[in-house]
Amino acid sequence: MDTIIENELVRELANQHGRTRESLIPILQDLVVHKRFLSKQDMVDVARELNISAADVYGTATFYTFLDTELRGKYVIRICKTISCAMKGKNEILSTIEEILKLNLGETTPDRKFSLLEANCIGWCHKAPAMLINDTPYTELTPEKVTEILREYIKK
Amino acid sequence: MSDTHVKRVDHIFKKANCREVLEKIMDMKPDDICQELLESDLKGRGGAGFPTGLKWRFAANEEDPVKYIICNADEGEPGTFKDREILDQVPEKVFCGMAVASRAIGAKMGYIYLRGEYKFLIPMLNEELLKFHKTMDEFNLNFRIQIRLGSGAYICGEESALFESIEGKRGEPRNKPPYPTKSGLFGKPTVINNVETLVYTVMIMRYGAAHFKELGTKDSRGSKVFSVSGDTPKAGIFELELGMSVDEFVQDFGDGDTKAVQVGGASGFCVPRKKFEETIIGFEGVPTGGSMKLFNSTRSMYNLLHNYLDFFTEESCGQCTPCRVGCQQLLKGVEAVKRGDKNSKYLEELVKLAKTMKRASKCGLGQSVGNAFGSIVENFKEEIIY
Ligand SMILES: Cc1cc2nc3c(=O)[nH]c(=O)nc-3n(C[C@H](O)[C@H](O)[C@H](O)COP(=O)(O)O)c2cc1C
Ligand code: SF4
Ligand code: FES
Repeated sequence: MDTIIENELVRELANQHGRTRESLIPILQDLVVHKRFLSKQDMVDVARELNISAADVYGTATFYTFLDTELRGKYVIRICKTISCAMKGKNEILSTIEEILKLNLGETTPDRKFSLLEANCIGWCHKAPAMLINDTPYTELTPEKVTEILREYIKK
Repeated sequence: MSDTHVKRVDHIFKKANCREVLEKIMDMKPDDICQELLESDLKGRGGAGFPTGLKWRFAANEEDPVKYIICNADEGEPGTFKDREILDQVPEKVFCGMAVASRAIGAKMGYIYLRGEYKFLIPMLNEELLKFHKTMDEFNLNFRIQIRLGSGAYICGEESALFESIEGKRGEPRNKPPYPTKSGLFGKPTVINNVETLVYTVMIMRYGAAHFKELGTKDSRGSKVFSVSGDTPKAGIFELELGMSVDEFVQDFGDGDTKAVQVGGASGFCVPRKKFEETIIGFEGVPTGGSMKLFNSTRSMYNLLHNYLDFFTEESCGQCTPCRVGCQQLLKGVEAVKRGDKNSKYLEELVKLAKTMKRASKCGLGQSVGNAFGSIVENFKEEIIY
C-alpha cells in the first residue's frame, strides 16, 4: 500500500518535470520538499519512471548536500560554519539550538520535527551568524533571537 | 566615518529602462554588440576575469542553430553575497543582460542557475520572468529564460560542473578544451556569465564603452560590486571603483586594527598588513569575485586556514586525485603541525603539495587551494605553528 502511494508522487513529479535525464534533479528536489529525504524506494521508483539505472539516481543524489538520503525532520536547520559566521559567534548559536531542541549536530528529533545540520557559507556573511530553516534564511542571530525563532517553529 | 578613500559608484543597483536598451540593441548588428563590449574591456566579474566581449564573439562565431546563455548565480565562494542582492534588487537588469547576450550570439534559450540556498528568491523571480517574457514577445524576440536550482554543491559554480548539473548529473567538472563557447550545455555553444557581468553589459549597451571605461585602471576597467564582511563596522555590499590598494580599502572599511584581508574568498589570497599598500585589488594585483573579509589582531589565522581547508575538503568533487587527496592531506597536515606532531619543516612540504595541486588538479577548485594556503602560511607562519 505504502509503495503505491509513493509511486503516485513520483509519477506526478515526472509528469510535471518530464522524463528526460535533465528532469532528474528537479524531481529529486521536489521529493525532498515533500518527504524531507530520499528513500531507497523513492529513488528506485524515480529510476524506473525515467528509465535509467537506480545506481545513476543514487549516484547523482548523493553528490548533492541538499538531496538528503538520510531521514530528516520536517524542519531542517542548517547553520553556517564558514569563517565569518564562526567569527561572529556561530558556536554559541549552535549550543543554544542543541539545548532547546535537546539534540546534537547531525541528529533529528525523535518526533521527526527538527534536524540540525551545518552548512558552508550561505551568502549572508555581512549579517553573520546566519542559518537556514528549510528555505528561509535567518541572520544576525543571537541566543535570544534564535530562541524566539525556534519557539515559533515548535508551536507550528 | 564620512571621509571615504575609495570611490563609491552607483550603476548596478540603479533602476534602468530595459526597454530602451532592448530598442537600442535591436538596431545593432550582433557583432556590433560584441565589438562594443570588447572596447569596454569588461572582464568577467565571477572571478576568472575573462574578457566578456571575446567570450561572446567566440560563441557568436560558432555555426549552430542551438546555443545557450547561462547566468551563473551559484555564488558559493565564502564571503560573496552580492549576486543575491543584485537578483533581489534589479532582476530585470539581469534578464536584460541575458537578452543582450542572446541577441549577440543567437541563442533562444537561457538558464539561470541559482544556488539552492537562495531558493526563497524563486517566487519573486518567476513573477519578474513573466513580465520579461511578455516584453520579449512585444519586441518579437524569440528568447526564453528558465531557472534551475542548485542543491548545495560549491563546485557547481564551476562552469562545466554547472552544465553537468543542469543536464541532471553529478556536478563533476569536464576536461578543457573544448571550452563552453564551442561545447557547453548539452554539447552546444554556450555563453556563461556571472550575474554582475550581465548587468554591466546592460550599462555598456545603454551608455557606451567609453562611459564604462571612465573608471578603473588599464587592467581593471570600471567598477565592481564588493561583498564586505568580517571585522568591519561597515559590513555589506558596495560598488566601488576598481584599482584601489588594499590599504585604501582598509582605511575605508577597517576597524582600525586590521591585520589581514582575505581577498577573493577561500580560493583567493590573504594580504597581510605589511603588504596593504603595494597590493592592488584588481586583475593587475589580487583578482577577486568581490569577497573581502577583514581580520583584526584578535583573530587566529590558523582558524581561518583550518576553516578554509575544511571547506575545500568537503566541497572537492573527488574526481581527481591531486585535489581529493591533497585537500585531506593539507587539512590533516596543519592539524599535525599545530598539535606539535610535525615540525615546521613539514609545513614547507605542505606548501609544495599545494603547489603541485595547482599544476595537477583538473579544475579551478583544486588549482586555487594553494592561493589561500600559500599566502596564509607564508605570512602567518608562527600562528600556524604555535
Ligand atoms: C570552484 C569554482 C566555483 C565557481 N563558482 C562560481 C560562482 O559561484 N559564480 C560565478 O559567477 N562564477 C563561478 N566560478 C567561475 C565560473 O567557472 C565562470 O568562470 C564564470 O561563471 C564566468 O563568468 P564571468 O566571465 O562573467 O565571470 C567558479 C569557478 C570555480 C573553479
Ligand atoms: S580539482 Fe577538485 S573539484 Fe576540480 S575536478 Fe578535481 S577533484 Fe573535482
Ligand atoms: S560565512 Fe556564514 S553566511 Fe557566509
